[in-house]
Amino acid sequence: MREERRDRQQGARVRGGMGGPMRGLALNEKARDARGTFRRLRGYLRPHLGQLALVFVLAVLSASFGILSPKVLGLATTELFTGSRSGAGIDFAYIGKVLLLLSGLYILNALFAFGQQFVMAGVAQRTVYELRREIKEKLSKLPLSYYDSRTHGEVLSRVTNDVDVISSTLQQSVTQLITAAVTIVGTVVMMLTISPLLTLVTLLVLPAASWLTGQIARRSRKYFSGQQKYLGELNGHVEEMLTGHKIVKAYGREEHSLRQFDAINAELYSTAWKAQFVSGLIMPVMNLLNNIGFIVICAAGGVLVFRGRMAIGDLQAMIQYSRRYTQPITQTASIANIIQSALAAAERVFEVLDEEEEPADKPAARVLTAPRGNVRIEGVRFGYKEGELVYEDLNIEVRQGQTVAIVGPTGAGKTTLVNLLMRFYDVQAGSIKVDGVDIRDLPRRNLRSIFGMVLQDTWLFKGTIRDNIAYGRLDASEAEIVRAAEAAHADRFIRTLPQGYDTVLNEEASNISQGQKQLLTIARAILADPAILILDEATSNVDTRTEILIQQAMEKLMQGRTSFVIAHRLSTIRNADLILVMNEGRIVEQGTHAELLAKKGFYADLYTSQFAASRQPEAG
Amino acid sequence: MNVLLRYFRPFWPTALLVILLVLMQSFSQLFLPTLMADIVDKGIAVGDIGFIMRSGVLMLLVAALGVACAVAASYFSARTGTGYGRNLRRAVFARILSFSLQEYDRFGAASLITRTTNDVTQVQMMVMGALRMAAMAPLMMIGSVIMAVSRDVHLSRMILFLVPVLAAAVIALARIGVPLFKAIQEKLDRLNLVLRENLTGIRVIRAFNRDEYESRRFDAANLDLTRTAVLVNRLMAAAMPGMMALINLAAVAAVWFGGRRVAEGTLQVGSLMAFLQYLMQILFSLMMVSMMFVMLPRAMASVNRIRAVLETEPGIADPPEEEAQVPASAERALVEFRNVTFRYPGAEVPVLRDVSFCTRAGEVTAIIGGTGAGKSTLVNLLLRFYDVDSGSILVNGVDIRRLPQEVLRKKIGYVPQQALLFSGSVADNIRCGKEDAGDEEVRRAAEVAQALDFIMAMPRGFDSEVAQGGVNLSGGQKQRLAIARALVRRPEIYIFDDSFSALDFRTDARLRRALREEVSDAVILIVAQRVSTVMDAQRIVVLDAGKVAGIGTHKELLESCPVYREIVYSQLSEEEIV
Repeated sequence: MREERRDRQQGARVRGGMGGPMRGLALNEKARDARGTFRRLRGYLRPHLGQLALVFVLAVLSASFGILSPKVLGLATTELFTGSRSGAGIDFAYIGKVLLLLSGLYILNALFAFGQQFVMAGVAQRTVYELRREIKEKLSKLPLSYYDSRTHGEVLSRVTNDVDVISSTLQQSVTQLITAAVTIVGTVVMMLTISPLLTLVTLLVLPAASWLTGQIARRSRKYFSGQQKYLGELNGHVEEMLTGHKIVKAYGREEHSLRQFDAINAELYSTAWKAQFVSGLIMPVMNLLNNIGFIVICAAGGVLVFRGRMAIGDLQAMIQYSRRYTQPITQTASIANIIQSALAAAERVFEVLDEEEEPADKPAARVLTAPRGNVRIEGVRFGYKEGELVYEDLNIEVRQGQTVAIVGPTGAGKTTLVNLLMRFYDVQAGSIKVDGVDIRDLPRRNLRSIFGMVLQDTWLFKGTIRDNIAYGRLDASEAEIVRAAEAAHADRFIRTLPQGYDTVLNEEASNISQGQKQLLTIARAILADPAILILDEATSNVDTRTEILIQQAMEKLMQGRTSFVIAHRLSTIRNADLILVMNEGRIVEQGTHAELLAKKGFYADLYTSQFAASRQPEAG
Repeated sequence: MNVLLRYFRPFWPTALLVILLVLMQSFSQLFLPTLMADIVDKGIAVGDIGFIMRSGVLMLLVAALGVACAVAASYFSARTGTGYGRNLRRAVFARILSFSLQEYDRFGAASLITRTTNDVTQVQMMVMGALRMAAMAPLMMIGSVIMAVSRDVHLSRMILFLVPVLAAAVIALARIGVPLFKAIQEKLDRLNLVLRENLTGIRVIRAFNRDEYESRRFDAANLDLTRTAVLVNRLMAAAMPGMMALINLAAVAAVWFGGRRVAEGTLQVGSLMAFLQYLMQILFSLMMVSMMFVMLPRAMASVNRIRAVLETEPGIADPPEEEAQVPASAERALVEFRNVTFRYPGAEVPVLRDVSFCTRAGEVTAIIGGTGAGKSTLVNLLLRFYDVDSGSILVNGVDIRRLPQEVLRKKIGYVPQQALLFSGSVADNIRCGKEDAGDEEVRRAAEVAQALDFIMAMPRGFDSEVAQGGVNLSGGQKQRLAIARALVRRPEIYIFDDSFSALDFRTDARLRRALREEVSDAVILIVAQRVSTVMDAQRIVVLDAGKVAGIGTHKELLESCPVYREIVYSQLSEEEIV
């Protein structure tokens, strides 16, 4: 029995890898507003209040039965001892009764422990389900600026890691805390009923135990955070070298990279072994304290039993109790840490939930059912950051079927117009009107169904090629999908794939080429059949010959549709009805090709510099 | 396992020491109940208080020895485990660095990163766990059995019955539990995937009004995960208490049968108490051992993944010393492709077929062609990231397979399609091309690469930090630094793999002009999509579906090569073509 708790803890450590008690030692993050976060998290548990009360009752019952059992076992031992020494013999009927009672206690203890975990599993998992659902719902209401200002990893980590921490804390630590508290109190009470003197002796070990574990925990946290830091550095280095693998090889940097790796690896080793060693000390130290208690009880108790002041069974019970109560104390320390980090995680989750949402659609919104595609941009003012305006006073009038080209060097802010047209961002002043209706007066769904978009970063999801094309229109028939693929000249390559339209694209869609991905996104846009097209350098990654075909398809598609084209290629914009020239995040000129050339401004410069380069007769 | 064991070889002495220490610790632990039994049977029963006290002191000494051993074991196992982890990590990383692109592609970057970091950490934890616990559990178990038998042979027979029952319970649990845990991981991955797609594709999702569809997709994954998680946790809720109940009931049985023995006078009460403790010890050790077996598959997965890396030989090796040829740097470098055919492993059709051309120092040769025409592959072959299937590539008349890779790559300044920079200063990044380059050389390279202006505009000039992946620089700036890195090398061969695409027309033009002035004695190979970039090259190689469709100057090709003409007409207007 005396190894029970210890082994249970070791079991948990094995199961959780770095989790379990290690986690308690390793992490030391705190929520900024622990109380507020706690209160809010409690709100999520409120619907399960009844079940939580049940969990509490079950935990108390289970722990209580657990606490009673050594005392009862002691009764049997006492009878054996006294019975065998006195001439009367052992009363086996009595022992039988005691053992039956004991079996009952053990079984009830197990049943209630099971019941408590069982109920808690439902509560914990449903709570985190609800949290995840709320985050997702929130994410779909957040403005694009939220996504643009954060890495994906950051958002992902909140939905998975942080929610996971909350989940396992709810599942285990909360009930552990209840059990530990009941066990400590109950054990001390039981010990007091047996022998106040021996209890006092055992309790003397307590301050020493908590002081020692505190010391060890403090040190090991320091080393663990050092280990975490170097592990992070090492991760970063490996990631960098592997993504730059080609360069490392081409420039013969293997040695250099390995040297850097060795340096970080050595640092990692020097903190890692200390972290492992120091945290590994808790067990033997607690063991020693336990054993001291055990020995003192054995010796002192032995004398007491001999003098007849204590029953032998009580001595046995004392030994078991003294083993029992130190364990929850060490446990509580690490649970407290775990709960703290769970609160910190919850706080990060709540941060997401508190982000400002996109303004809702107007209640009396108008709906354009048959859009023609006239776009009028009037006096638009917009900037991503305070004081840095992209558009000061943008005015554009585009009639149905016309093409607007946006040109300029990289990073000139050409996608800003797309962001505004699609209402990914809202204008700060002025208005954008489609067919005379301010786009802010339209429901977003309606507005976005008017636009078709082919972006430079081809986004496809893990699924079949058919599903990816049908993303443009859910109710599309097989024939329509194939027609769209044909129009985008994707049909031919799709049919050369082993599974054709059923080919499953993998996560990065790396099983087809960049150009092929582009073709699929074009097919997707074609299938959606929008009134206004937005082409963001759409064809720059498609091979030149296919591009001609695509351009033909596009031209057909663009007929009768208003189009906004972002392009590097000057030849593609020459036929545009309007050219917007952007530089350093602002529109510097606008007009037709001829007008802009005559102006001899930035555009003319841009155009002739390319021209001059290609005219250069001789290379060095 | 073999490979991993090989790396463990230097740690055997300390590992054995740990096991010895654990053994001594176990002995001390096992000795205590016997001493306690003596206190009861020889002290209390007889009334020998002196004996009780002497036993107490002896117990203290034994316990102290046990702790000393445990501390020492913890120290040596920490050193052993983390030391092994360190060596293994280095071995994995060094092996990965030696991989050619072929092996590299087979594993994938993300997977290789995990193998170097997480997987090694897993193995390291396993080694430490094995040293501390796995060694302890069987020792304690065997020791406990011996001690129990020494107390009462007859009563010990119940161990024979209990051990299989408990083992069966654990195995049954593992049978049900392990697949469920695996299912949870898969469902978690699925949830992650959906969410990541939602993050990367947010614009597309909103543009196509698919918010609700995506929410449903997420909710389905979320619900699926929750259901499985509830199931697993409920199953586990039964496991621990059930196991404990089993062990406790065994104790009850021991008291019952042991009581009979006490009544017969064949067993003393103190011995029965000790027997109980040994029995518990046996059952707990057994549980620990079984836990190890449950945990083992997870660690084994890591072991296998590391093994796969360590057992993969780099596909491209240097020629044996006696066969290696080191050509004296020719006056004028010369690169020749001779009937080169290459097929990616597993691909149905070769990506390059029978490609031949020749270019020498002072000449610019441009490669143009559509996506998938094999342009980048051609470059990768010249750098010997892959080996040709047939034909040969010659540099200064020597087949590159006969050259040590280091020698070959020293001759080449390579600017990749995606400008990859490393964290460090701007100067560090440029010096990547030539480690001992002086400040003036670095500055000159930056100037030619048209990077000087923006570098000087940065707060600390050449000492400004480049963030990992160069995220604090624009695409064009990164590309110019990558070009400067190649320039500072002053190589015999330059390779620009579509390196001008992120530059605006003006910078592109200025850069090419500067390059022409600066680099007159090297082979220049330019891979491009833009006709304007290649039309002034001395030689344009037109690739079409892996085959050479034409070689010549812009003018010649316009007349003779229909593929080239098509490309040109799709990009340039009438007046630009001439």
